[in-house]
Amino acid sequence: MHGFGFDVAHMLAGLLVLASLAMLYQDRLYSLLNTLALHAFVLALSVAWQAYIQHAPHLYITAFIALGFKSIAVPAALRRMVFRLGIHREIEVVVGTGFTMLAGIGLIALSLVVMLPATIHADPLAREDIALALSVVLIGLLMMVTRRNAVSQVAGFMSLENGIVLAATGAQGMPLVVEISVAFSILIAFIIIGIFLFRIRERFDTVDVRALDRFRGEQR
Amino acid sequence: MSFSAVGIVLGAPLLAAAVLAAIPSYRISAALNTIAALVAFAAAASLPLWRPESGAYLMVDDLNVVFIVLNTFVGFTASVFSASYIAHELETGRLTAGYLRFYHVMYQLMMFGMNLALVANNIGLMWVAVELATLATVVMVGIYRTSAAIEAAWKYFILGSVGIALALFGTILVYMAARPVVGAGADSMVWTILITRARDFDPSLLNVAFVFLLLGYGTKVGLVPLHAWLPDAHAEGPTPISAVLSGLLLNVALYALLRFKMLLAANPSALPPGPLMMALGLVSLLFAALMLYNRRDIKRLFAYSSIEHMGLIVFAFGVAGPIGNFAGLLQMTMHSLTKSAIFFSVGHVVQVKGSQRLSDIGGLTASHPVLGWGLVIGVVAIAGLPPFGVFMSEFLIVSSTFARQPYLATAVAFGLLIAFGALLMQVSRIAFGETRGRTGPVQASYVPMFAHLAIVLVAGIYLPGPLVRWFQHVALLLG
Repeated sequence: MHGFGFDVAHMLAGLLVLASLAMLYQDRLYSLLNTLALHAFVLALSVAWQAYIQHAPHLYITAFIALGFKSIAVPAALRRMVFRLGIHREIEVVVGTGFTMLAGIGLIALSLVVMLPATIHADPLAREDIALALSVVLIGLLMMVTRRNAVSQVAGFMSLENGIVLAATGAQGMPLVVEISVAFSILIAFIIIGIFLFRIRERFDTVDVRALDRFRGEQR
Repeated sequence: MSFSAVGIVLGAPLLAAAVLAAIPSYRISAALNTIAALVAFAAAASLPLWRPESGAYLMVDDLNVVFIVLNTFVGFTASVFSASYIAHELETGRLTAGYLRFYHVMYQLMMFGMNLALVANNIGLMWVAVELATLATVVMVGIYRTSAAIEAAWKYFILGSVGIALALFGTILVYMAARPVVGAGADSMVWTILITRARDFDPSLLNVAFVFLLLGYGTKVGLVPLHAWLPDAHAEGPTPISAVLSGLLLNVALYALLRFKMLLAANPSALPPGPLMMALGLVSLLFAALMLYNRRDIKRLFAYSSIEHMGLIVFAFGVAGPIGNFAGLLQMTMHSLTKSAIFFSVGHVVQVKGSQRLSDIGGLTASHPVLGWGLVIGVVAIAGLPPFGVFMSEFLIVSSTFARQPYLATAVAFGLLIAFGALLMQVSRIAFGETRGRTGPVQASYVPMFAHLAIVLVAGIYLPGPLVRWFQHVALLLG
């Protein structure tokens, strides 16, 4: 009854969750950035598909932003940064990979349990999209708390934003204002992060944010 | 005539930001900063008299007028304080002229973001504006570029972004709840339309949305499990920014939260938002009150006091009812004015002493009488002693809670007493006793500080009738 368009939309949203999980166990910065690019690419496909089945041509713009900016420009810039800082070594993971993966699976289960009953009356397409989008958001959060490296925290934040864009496009007819603003805020956020990375580098000779923890304001 | 007032409230900061970017002299730009803030305040002050019609993107109603006037007023006095503060920073070489130019641009951009968030009628636009104000403050917190400042800015940035991301997710869920009722398209994000139709929204979706919004905007309010950025950001940024953060930005996030609380309250089968807000507010109040004791940094001390007060305010709005909301509004106004006055004083104290550590500051009333007594009066007011306005609003909060939930009222009173003791203990060490630290002369502008304190004092003794009626009316709107 739902048809082909529905199935493809689901498959793409599912792929995005899969890419999120894949980001969790990347322990090298370059491979993490590659997975981030893949993540954004899947998002672009998913958004483009939504644009097609919803007959909403403005969503193609969002898809294009996801493709050009998030999947190509940002990973390339981050990669350059990693190279220039000379930190293409292993990522220090705070908790073990196995535990992180289990936690990620738990978060997916959690978001399904929370969202599906809450959205019984909503349109079925949006309904499952939003549940998957929430898992992407939560996994992005998990990634940000388990990583100690500034670049991987940025990657976690980007994947979180991708989840939100997925949710926004899944909700039919959501005004364009929001999508553009999301893209725009990511741009600003990215510039700021870039500045910060260089400032961090200047002061500490590392982008490991653990170095920051030593400078708690209340120590003497 | 009237819509142009909103235009000025938004346009003055934006235009000023553009002009300030081109002015190299810090004297001219500090003056321009103040003038722009004054113009915005004057325009805002005319809003209660000539109310513009609300459009699809902007609106002025009874609730946000209170916030806009307060916001632009404190924005203006903080810019006066900022002018005398930064002159000293330039002398001591903590900031260079280039950074100051940047600072002024960011100040106006932040004011623009906050004003836009307050007048936005579209929940998406409101989100964008809060995000803009956040980003502007992040940059300002890190402006000293010391290790501690960079850590504070990074932490603020990361926690703030996560909060703002969760808030956007909540906003999307609200749209999804509205879409079947209002129809797809921009109308489903217009607040004035949402509130009239909220009765028919899917309650379970609204519930989930509110949890996300509470966590998201709650991060920016500084509610306790999510407060970690707040003390650092207050302590490491320039003091005018600490004043604006405490006095204004927390209020703007709170305002966003209140808007969604009204949506939820308008839907009969949705979860009542009160208990959630009361729980978070009470935890914040108790936690921050205990944290006040062991502080070693003067700006952190007052940052924790802000968490305590925001907790109390959120609690009051959670208790709701005409008196609870009235007390919440009054407490919010009094806290903004008092806390920014305290930061105005602290800013000069820190400049005189050359240190933020409490152990380096002592005997202020003897060495710098005006500054020291100003600080003492501010702390007495914020601790909730009569005859100041904070006493009245705290009394209202405790008594209205007592009428509904006696046990909770005991907990609130307990938290307030703990905080009271801590603040008085700390201020007696700062202001009295032997003189510690440097005792150089101070070049301060006392006007903003005493203007705020005078308003708080007058409000504690006599609230004008029209103001009381206005607050009562808004309290009824809040449900």
